[in-house]
Amino acid sequence: MIEIENLSKTFTLHNQGGAIIRVMEGANLSVRPGECVALTGASGSGKSTLMRLVYGNYLAAQGTIRVGGVDVANAAPREILALRRDTLGYVSQFLRVVPRVSTLDVVAEPLRRLGVNGADAHGRATWLLTRLNIPEPLWALSPTTFSGGEQQRVNIARGFAHPYPALLLDEPTASLDADNRAVVLDLILEAKARGAALVGIFHDAEIRDRVCDRAVDVTAFSPGHAA
Amino acid sequence: MTPLLSVDGLTKTYGAHVGCRDVALDLFAGEVLGIVGESGSGKTTVLNCMAGHLLPDRGRVVFDTRADGPRDVLRMSEPERRMLGRTDWAFVHQNARDGLRMGVSAGGNVGERLMAVGARNYGRIRATAEDWLTRVEIDAARIDDRPTTFSGGMQQRLQIARNLVTGPRLVFMDEPTGGLDVSVQARLLDLLRGLVRDMGLSAIIVTHDLAVVRLLADRLLVMKSGEVVEHGLTDQVLDDPQHGYTQLLVSSVLQV
Repeated sequence: MIEIENLSKTFTLHNQGGAIIRVMEGANLSVRPGECVALTGASGSGKSTLMRLVYGNYLAAQGTIRVGGVDVANAAPREILALRRDTLGYVSQFLRVVPRVSTLDVVAEPLRRLGVNGADAHGRATWLLTRLNIPEPLWALSPTTFSGGEQQRVNIARGFAHPYPALLLDEPTASLDADNRAVVLDLILEAKARGAALVGIFHDAEIRDRVCDRAVDVTAFSPGHAA
Repeated sequence: MTPLLSVDGLTKTYGAHVGCRDVALDLFAGEVLGIVGESGSGKTTVLNCMAGHLLPDRGRVVFDTRADGPRDVLRMSEPERRMLGRTDWAFVHQNARDGLRMGVSAGGNVGERLMAVGARNYGRIRATAEDWLTRVEIDAARIDDRPTTFSGGMQQRLQIARNLVTGPRLVFMDEPTGGLDVSVQARLLDLLRGLVRDMGLSAIIVTHDLAVVRLLADRLLVMKSGEVVEHGLTDQVLDDPQHGYTQLLVSSVLQV
């Protein structure tokens, strides 16, 4: 489902003397449907960089990133937009929303974009928010004023609203209590059971051991380490 | 897939000064394209050349018309172009006063555009106007009031209602949230996003506000000194800018 081959990434800082920073070289990764792969490595080793490359936030210097049938590293913006709408989800650490939009609408948005009608999309959003223990009085409010943990749960609900065949998870349980961690764990296991390919960064070793089939240390993709 | 709008080699000079040079872009149905750049970068010149408000020196602006397929707008007759401006195209000005008739009631402002495309039944025009005022969150009881009695944010929403009532396929927007209070901006952004999604609109938004494009635009063009220096997916351009100017622009934003 996700096939990364010989992927490299550099940053060129034009306003700092044109310094070129090589951050990744020769990365390879393959994730099958129903499989969950954990990215590991110390802070700054390139876990988030790899996730952003797969989602198309970062432009690859070299290599291919195939998700479904699309090579994200070389696709037109329009193809990446379609991929993100239909196939590839991303639960980031930070919630980024239009202020004033209700939590229910924020969670339902990925489904509305796929053409699901308002009632069905809200139904699914309601179910997810309930599972993630977001109190009902908050649903009509914008999540911009919520606590960190609540925002993260809204972000997770949004990420799981549509059953994406491929899903990227950036520390989905970082600021959650035990009960909510268990809910997220179940959501991830359910996604695997329906055949989703998952790639995640999990600092929480217990969660990582329970959901991941294997771990890939991205330190191996640092420039200099590449064989 | 045929782009809804395809622009190529668009160039406009003001004497020795370059307004824009060799601008090319494609816009597909349902897409929102942002154009960013500092004041004087040529983004408004490009918008005005595309929308037919300014005559470019060179270039093509090909629109996929309903009746005859792709046609170069710059080579259309004046009546044809004006018809396009009343039906499939809409233009939202930065200053709502430029896009509204200030001496006519709110309902009249919305109804006028309907009448321009042939609507004649007064009751139906009024009902549609009421519906649109509600959609842009203006109390329908204000239908007979003039826009001069409205706040800036309400005027901007009325301008949007007036523009969208005929169901256009392409909307040009020049700093639609400029000059508005931040809380009013957020409300307008939410409104625009909902309308774009529900009506399947395509839009080109010129702004200098990177936060606005991050939330509204699928793709981004970055302009400097009249030329496009970078283009791509909005979050890619903002998170991993390739051109020195874009890097400067992104790193200059104050964090709240």
